Amino acid sequence: MHIIAFLLRRAVQAVIVMFVISLIGFSIQDNLGDPLRELVGQSVSEAERDLMREDMGLNDPFLSQYARFLGHAVQGDLGNSYFFKRPAIAVIMDKFPATFELVLGSVLIFLTVSIPAGIYCAIHRNSWLTRFIMSASILGISVPVFLTAIFMVWIFGVELGWLPAYGRGATYELPWGWDTGFLTLDGLKHLILPCVTLSSIMLPLFIRLIRAEMMEAMGTDYVRFARAKGLSTTRVRYVHAFRNTLLPVVTVGGLMIGTLIAYTILTETVFQWPGMGFLFLEAVNRVDTPLIIAYIIVVGLIFVIVNTMVDFIYTLINPMVKLPGAKA
Amino acid sequence: MITWSALLKRFISDPVAIIAGFVLLLLILMAAFAPLIAPQNPYDLMQIDVMDSDMPPSWKPGGDPRFWLGTDSQGRGVLSTIMYGTGISLLIGIGAVIVQGVLGITLGLIAGYKGGWIDSFLMRLADIQMSLSTLMIAIIVLALFQAAFDPSVYAEYAIFMLIFIIGIAEWPKFARTVRASVLGEKNKEYVDAARVIGLPARKVMWGHILPNAMTPVLVISTIQVAEAIMTEAALSFLGLGMPVNKPSLGSLIRSGFEYIFSGSWWITFYPALVLIALILALNLLGDWLRDVMNPKLRRGDE
Repeated sequence: MHIIAFLLRRAVQAVIVMFVISLIGFSIQDNLGDPLRELVGQSVSEAERDLMREDMGLNDPFLSQYARFLGHAVQGDLGNSYFFKRPAIAVIMDKFPATFELVLGSVLIFLTVSIPAGIYCAIHRNSWLTRFIMSASILGISVPVFLTAIFMVWIFGVELGWLPAYGRGATYELPWGWDTGFLTLDGLKHLILPCVTLSSIMLPLFIRLIRAEMMEAMGTDYVRFARAKGLSTTRVRYVHAFRNTLLPVVTVGGLMIGTLIAYTILTETVFQWPGMGFLFLEAVNRVDTPLIIAYIIVVGLIFVIVNTMVDFIYTLINPMVKLPGAKA
Repeated sequence: MITWSALLKRFISDPVAIIAGFVLLLLILMAAFAPLIAPQNPYDLMQIDVMDSDMPPSWKPGGDPRFWLGTDSQGRGVLSTIMYGTGISLLIGIGAVIVQGVLGITLGLIAGYKGGWIDSFLMRLADIQMSLSTLMIAIIVLALFQAAFDPSVYAEYAIFMLIFIIGIAEWPKFARTVRASVLGEKNKEYVDAARVIGLPARKVMWGHILPNAMTPVLVISTIQVAEAIMTEAALSFLGLGMPVNKPSLGSLIRSGFEYIFSGSWWITFYPALVLIALILALNLLGDWLRDVMNPKLRRGDE
C-alpha cells in the first residue's frame, strides 16, 4: 500500500514538473519565430496573412492557444520541424538510440572502473596506487569534458589513427527499428572514444565518492560486529561494507542526470555523434523552434523519469528509509 | 578561524599550494597586463596580416620568431589571443561568482535567520535548481537567447548573459553554505545581545552573523570560480558563449578545433593547456584552503 501511495505522490510531482516544462515550451513557441512566415514565406499579402492568422488560431487568447498546444503535446504532436518537414518528435526519437547507446556505454565503463578503484583506495589507503589515483582524479575533475574529447580525437583519431573519431560507423537495425552500434565491429570501434570521454568526467567524482563512503562504512559498528562475529574479511568488505556505499552512489547518480545530458551535447558535438544533443545545436542554429521545444520536452521527460526511478530504487535498497506519506 | 600569519605559514610549507598559487598569479598578471605585454593586439586589424596565417610555433620548421606559439587562420598570434582570452575567462568566472555570492548569501541569511516557511521554500527551490544542472540550464537559456536575437546584438550582450546565467544558476551552493553557518551561529549569546539592544534583523544578519559565517564562503568561492570558468568555456565551445571577435579561452578552442584535422594542433592545444592550468590551480588552491580552514574535515579524510 505504501509503495502505491509513494508512486502516486511521485506521479503527481512528475506531472507538475512536466506541466511547467510544457508552459516553457509553449511560451517559446509563442515568442520565437513566426510560424506563418515559416509556412508561406514572404510572398503572401498582408490581408491574406491576417486571414491565415485567424484561420490557424494565432489570434486566439493565450489560454485557448495553450490548451491546444497541450492537447497536441499529450498526443506526441509538437508540430513539424521547419527544417526536416517532419514531426519534430519523430526527428528527435530517430536520434534517441545514438544518445542512449553513448550514455549506456559510458555508464558501463565508469561502473566497471570506479567501483573497484574506489574500493581499492578505501582499503589500501596509503599505497602509491591510491595516491596516484587520488591525484589523477583532481586532474580529471579539472579537465573540461570537451577538452578530453578534443584530445581523444587529436591523439587517437588524427595523430595515431587508431580509432575512428567521428560518427557512429556501421549500425545494425534491430527488429523494432532501433539502430544499434553494439552489434557491429565498426559500430563498437566508433563507440570507444566518445564513451571513454563521457565516462572520464564522471569517473573521478565516483571514485572519490565510493572511497569516502566505503571508508565510512568500514568504521561503523555494524561492520565491526560482522568482523567480530568471525566473518571473513572478504565477506565483510564486499557484502557488508560495500552494500552500504550503493545508496549514495545511486542518489548522486540520479542527481547527475541533468549534468550528464549536458555533457552528451558537448561529447556529441566534438565527435559529430548523430544524437539528440548534436541535433539540438543544429536546431538552435537554424532557429527550428518546434525541434528546440521537442528536445526540451523530451529531455525534461527523461529527467523526470530517471529521478522518479532513482527515488524508487533508493527506497527499495534502503529499508531504513520510510516512504514519504507512509505511516510509521 | 585562523589568523593571516598562520595561513601564510601553512601556505609556505605546502609545495602544491605554492605552485598552484604561483601559476594562478602568473595567469592573472598575464591577463591583466595583456594590452601592455602581448606581442600584438590580435583584435586590431592593423596589426594582423593574413600572410602570417597558420604558422606553427617558432621552434618548429616554418615557425616565425615573432609568434612563439604560432598563429591561427587569421594570422593572429596564438600567444596574444591566449593573453586576451584568459582575461575574458577570468572576468566571467569572477563576475559570475560575485553574482552567486550576493544572491546566495542574501537568500542563505534570510533562510537561516528567519526559518519557517521561507526557509523550507528557499531550500526546496535550491534542491530543484541544483538537480537541473547549471550547464543544462545555461545551454537552454543561451540557445533560446541566441535563436531569438540578431547575432550582433547577441555578441554585444553575451558577456553579461554569461555572468548572470552562471551566477543565478549556482546560487544554491552559497545559500546552503551560509544557511548552515547561520543555523550554527544564531543561538549564540552575541546574537542575542545584538537583538536585545534593539538592532533590526537586517543589521543582526549582515553586521553580526555574516562576518562569523564568511570562512566557508571564502572556501567555496575559489572552487566556484573554477566551475564558472569551466562552464563558460563549455558554453563558448558550443558556440553559445563569447563570440569569435571577443573570444574567451573556450571560444579560442572552438575556433581552433576544426584545424586539428589539417594538422594545426597549436591553435587548440595552447589555449586548452592554459584553461586546464587555470582550473587546476584554482581547484588545488580551493582544496588546500578547505583543508586549512576546516581541520575536522581533514582528519575525517585521512
